[in-house]
Amino acid sequence: MKERTGIKMPVFNRDKFRKVMLGSKDKQGIGKLGIIYLLLICIGFVYLYPLLYMISRSFMPIDDLLDTSVNWLPSKFYLTNYVNAAKSMNFWKTFVQSVIIAGIPTLLNVVMCSIIGYGFARYDFKGKKIMMAILIFSFILPPQVTMMPNYVWYSDLKILNSLKAFIFPAFLGQGLKSQIFILIFYQFFKQVPQALIEASKIDGAGHFKAFVKIAIPSAAPAILVVFLFSIVWYWNESYLTQLYVCGAVSKSDWTTLVVSLKNFADTYSAQASVSGNSMLSLNESIKMAGTMLSILPLLIMYFILQRQFVESVDRTGITGE
Amino acid sequence: MSREKVKKLKPGRLKKREGRVGYLFVLPWIIGTLLFVIYPLIQSFQYAFYKIKMTPKGRILTPVALKNYLDIWQRDVEFPTALTGYAINTLLAVPVIVVFALIIALLLNSKIRWKGLFRLVFFLPVIIASGPVMGQLAEQGAASIPAMNVTMIYQVLDQYLPGMLAQSITDLFSNMIMILWYSGVQILIFLAAVQKIDTSLYEAAKIDGSSLWEEFWKITLPTIKPMLLLNAVYTVIFLSNNEQNEIIVLIQSAMFDVSRGYGYASAMAWMYAIIVTILVAVVAVLFIVKKDIYEKKAKSFRKMQKRQERALKKTRRKGERYERKNRNKNASLQ
Repeated sequence: MKERTGIKMPVFNRDKFRKVMLGSKDKQGIGKLGIIYLLLICIGFVYLYPLLYMISRSFMPIDDLLDTSVNWLPSKFYLTNYVNAAKSMNFWKTFVQSVIIAGIPTLLNVVMCSIIGYGFARYDFKGKKIMMAILIFSFILPPQVTMMPNYVWYSDLKILNSLKAFIFPAFLGQGLKSQIFILIFYQFFKQVPQALIEASKIDGAGHFKAFVKIAIPSAAPAILVVFLFSIVWYWNESYLTQLYVCGAVSKSDWTTLVVSLKNFADTYSAQASVSGNSMLSLNESIKMAGTMLSILPLLIMYFILQRQFVESVDRTGITGE
Repeated sequence: MSREKVKKLKPGRLKKREGRVGYLFVLPWIIGTLLFVIYPLIQSFQYAFYKIKMTPKGRILTPVALKNYLDIWQRDVEFPTALTGYAINTLLAVPVIVVFALIIALLLNSKIRWKGLFRLVFFLPVIIASGPVMGQLAEQGAASIPAMNVTMIYQVLDQYLPGMLAQSITDLFSNMIMILWYSGVQILIFLAAVQKIDTSLYEAAKIDGSSLWEEFWKITLPTIKPMLLLNAVYTVIFLSNNEQNEIIVLIQSAMFDVSRGYGYASAMAWMYAIIVTILVAVVAVLFIVKKDIYEKKAKSFRKMQKRQERALKKTRRKGERYERKNRNKNASLQ
């Protein structure tokens, strides 16, 4: 801070004002802090706006939607929207299927990506650099390019419209965004001191035993991160899930919450025509309730595991040293 | 430097054996890449030159040469406009997302309370923002900032800019929240980078009488420059593979269209892949780390040193050869 000893004001002490507003060496100024908080709260509100809107709308009965005087708070706490939406999505069955569709490929992803990442990090072999380049290239490549042949191929292998269409690629390290996970494990295993592994070798451990007993236990944070992100991304994927697992032309038994949200309007009207007059016609509130239901499991998981999520990027060194 | 030199030595037998074990570890990935990346890639390249008809007996492929590509540009109504629209939108959105993420990361990095709470809020979209959810929200108009008057922005822009660009910028504004929602991961990456900057740098700058503004431009930004590139590329890829992207929807619908089929969709996908690659390249060039003047100097110095070393070696070798020759001569004389 520049010293302004020359200027002296009788009433208004500029130095002191500056000190209070902008802060000094050991104390932050009120003005600066105020602006930071203001910005953060404003942007935070903008961030949360769609979510708040969704929650508020999902509890509104149809009269509130039409009433222009009702803005945010519903006139009464109306749960029928959720009941109807859950009925149309067949919530519990779909939920269990979503967990399976997201869970099993995720487990495979964790196991296979850790093995592959360890191979890249620990060993030197011919062509490693080219392989890493292909790895990154396959991340940039839009999945649409390989989508058609894969679709044809899966249908020839008779694994289309079943969970196998996700399991096979994940088992060979080609699951959803596996490239990122391989790189995360690669970064992480590079940091494991080589001396530890060599010491285990002297004690008579083989290559695989060294991996299981030394590398894996020290990679707990990376495993957690890969697990969380993989499950979130599989859960949120609707394009490929619909194509490979749920069936784009002929419907299979599988469906997920997100996919059923995508076709919400159709399924809802079908359901409504079956059950007769007991269900209201589709409106905004029911759609919002359906949306809310599809993200609710993730939200709950996020609030329980939030620290692991947020600190993950730090811990795994995704950013690269 | 020294490690690379060690590597250049011929690997011993143990090292070779270890390398073989390495192949074993990576083997699943190699098989997977061959089966699910390389093979489909070649296949899809071939598909793009065929018209493929699905019959109950199987697929019938009729070669059509470049017709699929020509049809896309000459006959298709939606795809070329969607593609240019996507390119412009992405180029506009990437700087917005990156700059916004940087601002948030810097705000979060200052000494404030409830840091965890704010981080929680800013990371939330990463968890819940899937394609259908975003679609529902956009449909309800919850994706734009409520107080923003978008039509007025459009009117103003329309006077000064060509129609397409004005439309794209207006789209950007009307989907502002969505754009902001896409910056969760980027914020975390920036935050991790900013936190790793050595605080003594700032202290030294303060002693020299720097202001916050100068500190940002002279210390923070140069240090996190590599992260700018990383985030920009990540953003492009994220936006391209997002389900809100209308092009991937077009490709999928073309795939199951009777008159178009797999061949046509493959050609579309290839066009799209080329555009994405170009965008990544453009962004990479824009954000790439320019070496600063000191690094340049250091590099040229290193080069000079090497040249001198080489010259020294050369003279030494020459001297040795000369000596040997002389010795031989002496020996033969004796």
